[in-house]
Amino acid sequence: MSDALARVSEWMLPLVVSSILVVGAWQRVPLYQTFVQGAKGGFSTAVRLIPHLVAMMVAVNVFRASGAMDGLIHLLNPVLTWLHVPAEVAPMGILRPITGQGSLAFMIDIFQKHGPDSHLGLLASTMQASSDTTLYILTVYFGSVGIYRFRYALAAGLLSDFVSVLASVFAVWLISGMIQV
Amino acid sequence: MIDFIWLALFISGVATAMVTGRMQMVSSAILKGAESGVDLCIGLIGAISLWMGVMHIAERAGAVAWLAQKLKPVARRLFPSVPPDHPAMGAILANMSANLLGIGNAATPLGLKAMEELQKLNSHPDTASDAMCTLLALNTASITLIPTTVIALRMQYHSAHPSAVVLTTFVASLIGTCAALAFDRFFRALSHRRQVR
Repeated sequence: MSDALARVSEWMLPLVVSSILVVGAWQRVPLYQTFVQGAKGGFSTAVRLIPHLVAMMVAVNVFRASGAMDGLIHLLNPVLTWLHVPAEVAPMGILRPITGQGSLAFMIDIFQKHGPDSHLGLLASTMQASSDTTLYILTVYFGSVGIYRFRYALAAGLLSDFVSVLASVFAVWLISGMIQV
Repeated sequence: MIDFIWLALFISGVATAMVTGRMQMVSSAILKGAESGVDLCIGLIGAISLWMGVMHIAERAGAVAWLAQKLKPVARRLFPSVPPDHPAMGAILANMSANLLGIGNAATPLGLKAMEELQKLNSHPDTASDAMCTLLALNTASITLIPTTVIALRMQYHSAHPSAVVLTTFVASLIGTCAALAFDRFFRALSHRRQVR
C-alpha cells in the first residue's frame, strides 16, 4: 500500500478515538465508567461468536482443503474476469447476503493466505464491511412484526448486494489508484 | 437456507476430496478449522471490547441523537408515507444513525422498533408496506462510517493499516445504498402500476 494511504490510516484510529473522548468530556459523560460499561459487552459478544465461527471455519476449511474451492473459482473465472472481480473473493460475494459468519470465515481465510493489507485482503475487508446479511435482516425484521409477504424486498436486497460486490472492487481500485498517482 | 449452505460446503468438499485424493488434508482441516474459530474469537475480545467501550461513550455523548437530527430532511424524502412527527420516524432516524456509526448491536433493536411503529401505519398487517421495504433496503446495504468488527479482525491479523478499510467501505457502501434505494424505487413503482391495473 502507498505511503499517503498508510499515513491517513495511521492517523485515523487515534484521531477517531480521541475525538470521541473529547466530545464525551465536553458533554460531561463520565468517560471511564461509560467505557468500562460498554466494553463489558465485548467478552460476551466474542464468546457468542465462537460456535458460529467454529461451524463456518470448519466448513470453509473442508471446502478449501479438498480443492473444491479451486474448482468453483476455475468454473466462475470467465464471468468474474469480465466483471473484474478477483476469483478468490467470489465465494465471499455469494455467501455475504446469506450468512455473515460464513463470509467472515472466508475473509479470515484470505487474511491468512494473502495478508490483510494485500489487494485481496483489502477487497475482502471492504466486501465484508460494506454490506449486511440481507436474508438475516429480512427474516428478523419482517418476522418481528409477523409479516410473511415480503413483496419485492428480497429481490431488491439481493440485486443491491450484487452491486455492492462490484462497488467494493471499484472502491478498492479507485482508492489505491488515486493515491498512487 | 443456512443448513443447506453448511451442508453443501461440507459435502462438496468431501466429495471433491474423494476424487482428488486429499482426504487426509481435509481431515486435518476439520480440526484446524474448529481450533482457529475459537482462537480467533478469543483474540477478538480485546478489540471488540475497545470499540464497544468507545462507542458507548459516543452514544452517551449524544452522537446518535445528533446524527438523527442531521438526517431528518433525508429521511422525510425517503419515507414520504410516514408522517414526520410519527414515532416511526424517530425510530427510523435512530436506526439509520446507529448503522452509520457501526453500532450494530444498537441498530437492530432500533430497527425492530421502527418496524413495530411502521406496522401501526400498515393497512395490510401480513404484507410489507412501502416504507418497510425502504427501511430494509437501507439496512441490508447500510452506509457504514466505522466498520468496527472488520477493523478489529484486521488488527488481529497484524495489519499495518487496520483502518484502511474505512475509506473503501464508505465509497462501496455509498454506491451500494444508492443502488438499493434505486431498486426499491423501481420495484415500488412497478408494483403500484400492477395494482392500478
